[in-house]
Amino acid sequence: MLELDGVRAGYDSTPILRNVDLSVEEGEIVGVMGKNGVGKTTLVKTVMGLVEPDQGTVRFDGRDVTDTPPHERARSGMGYIPQGREIFPDLTVEQNLRMGESINEDSSDLLYEDVFDYFPILDERRDQNGGTMSGGQQQMLAIARALVANPDLLLLDEPSEGIQPSIVAQISEDMRAINEDLGTTILFVEQNLSVIRDMADRCYAMERGTIVDELGATDLEDEATIASYLAV
Amino acid sequence: MAVGLDLLVQFFPNFASIVLAATGLAIIFGIMGIINLAHGEFIMVGAFSTSLAYNGGIPFLPIDALPGLGRLIGAMLFAALVTALFGLLVERTIISGAIPNWIAERTVGHPVITPLYDRLLDSMVATWGLSLIMVQTFRNVFGNSLSGVPIPFGKLSYGNSSIGLYQVLLAGVAALVLVGLYLLFVRTDYGMRARATIQNESMAQSLGVNTERTYMATFALGSGLAGLTGALYAPLLSIEPGLGAAFLVDAFVAVVVGGSSVVVGTLLSGGLLGIVDTLFSNVYGTFAGRIALLIVAIVLIRFIPEGLSSLVERLRERRLEVD
Ligand SMILES: Nc1ncnc2c1ncn2[C@@H]1O[C@H](COP(=O)(O)OP(=O)(O)OP(=O)(O)O)[C@@H](O)[C@H]1O
Ligand SMILES: [Mg+2]
Repeated sequence: MLELDGVRAGYDSTPILRNVDLSVEEGEIVGVMGKNGVGKTTLVKTVMGLVEPDQGTVRFDGRDVTDTPPHERARSGMGYIPQGREIFPDLTVEQNLRMGESINEDSSDLLYEDVFDYFPILDERRDQNGGTMSGGQQQMLAIARALVANPDLLLLDEPSEGIQPSIVAQISEDMRAINEDLGTTILFVEQNLSVIRDMADRCYAMERGTIVDELGATDLEDEATIASYLAV
Repeated sequence: MAVGLDLLVQFFPNFASIVLAATGLAIIFGIMGIINLAHGEFIMVGAFSTSLAYNGGIPFLPIDALPGLGRLIGAMLFAALVTALFGLLVERTIISGAIPNWIAERTVGHPVITPLYDRLLDSMVATWGLSLIMVQTFRNVFGNSLSGVPIPFGKLSYGNSSIGLYQVLLAGVAALVLVGLYLLFVRTDYGMRARATIQNESMAQSLGVNTERTYMATFALGSGLAGLTGALYAPLLSIEPGLGAAFLVDAFVAVVVGGSSVVVGTLLSGGLLGIVDTLFSNVYGTFAGRIALLIVAIVLIRFIPEGLSSLVERLRERRLEVD
């Protein structure tokens, strides 16, 4: 589904990602963990097309998308949930959701019913401006916006950041349910131990812009291993 | 009483001219972060196209043969369309650099122009240069003036005075334009995408919006509105290459006073500046009206730098807090 091969990317002349190899198979939930500033967001933005790699390739659904602009990647099936949510503050909840409708042109399904099943609060708050919602509600809206047009791949950047612990567990659970019910493939980046443990089928570890390890299901049961990549 | 009525009647054309002058500039500024200093010359394109079409100067397009009012309306719609297409060309070449970059990539191997989106000062310099070129080109091609377009509808009498019915009707057209724009931004997909793009461009792109296309459409729309303004004022003006300058001043002042919200800002500044202009022009003469307009604008910018539309935003936020 997604394959990064020898990717080097960064901002202007500062390289952040170095020689990143990574792959995600259809139906998987794959995590990338790493401390503050290792390049997790840069990685997700490179997958989305918001950061251009200066070396290496990005393949999605069997196509080389290295030079494809973000709006075309979205239309070919990537749903992006950025760090900090990036809800459109002056659009209503409903309009924020409608903005997600152009994702995945190949699928004509709109999943409003499923989305409101997962996040009933969004149905209740339809006409409220996105900017007036709480952090947790905005996270739900950001997930719903990326999900509503039935993407093949969800890209999730630190879903737990700035959110109450009780809601964090809920979001991990929702993401697993979405993956199971709809078959959506998920790539997420995180530094929250419990989210990594609860959500990932498999997880890469990132340090200083490159992948240094890969943890399978059994490794992920050992919290000490996960913690070793997150400890300061 | 008679003075009151007189002022009220005079207010309509003043309101119309400020609103119609400003909308095209306001849209392009509000959505793309570009101040188009060639805005007056876009209005000139509208006025010239109207005159040419009305007087049979367009080959293969016998708009001048249309019956009755159809001839004028046809010429005006033609002018708005021509100006929109001209705007599209300007956007693709000077504003986005898409066409020059396309050529450059195939010859020198790399793009040569960075888009002017959200580069306020650079966009002002570039479009100011464009305006100079346009005025001179029009002078060379069409000479110092074109034949005019007659004013339709005759006079409206009230009390001891009278005013052109057409000038009063323009206020209705201005109101229609504002209502149309409001519906466009609130009800259509284009409007929603444009607003999302202003609020967070990279997020809009990440959700599948081709923001370049949104910008193209926006610039064409703003240009088309400038063309419509030129068309609507063609009957009232002598059709000469310098006609855009006065419009630009009004439009610029109205947009700065109105703030970044296109419809609300233009409505409020058109209303307020229209009242000021009417009071001072009528009592102390046109020159005093102009001076008063500028003084009010400067005072407003000093005390409400975000523009009148920000007052409405603040009120709305306060009401939300109370709820
Ligand atoms: N727009 C930018 N321009 C220049 N440098 C940037 C930019 N964004 C991030 N960086 C730098 O790139 C490095 C990696 O940042 P990135 O946001 O990818 O890390 P991260 O792992 O997502 O961090 P966090 O856990 O804080 O979200 C950091 O050193 C950061 O300062
Ligand atoms: Mg980050």
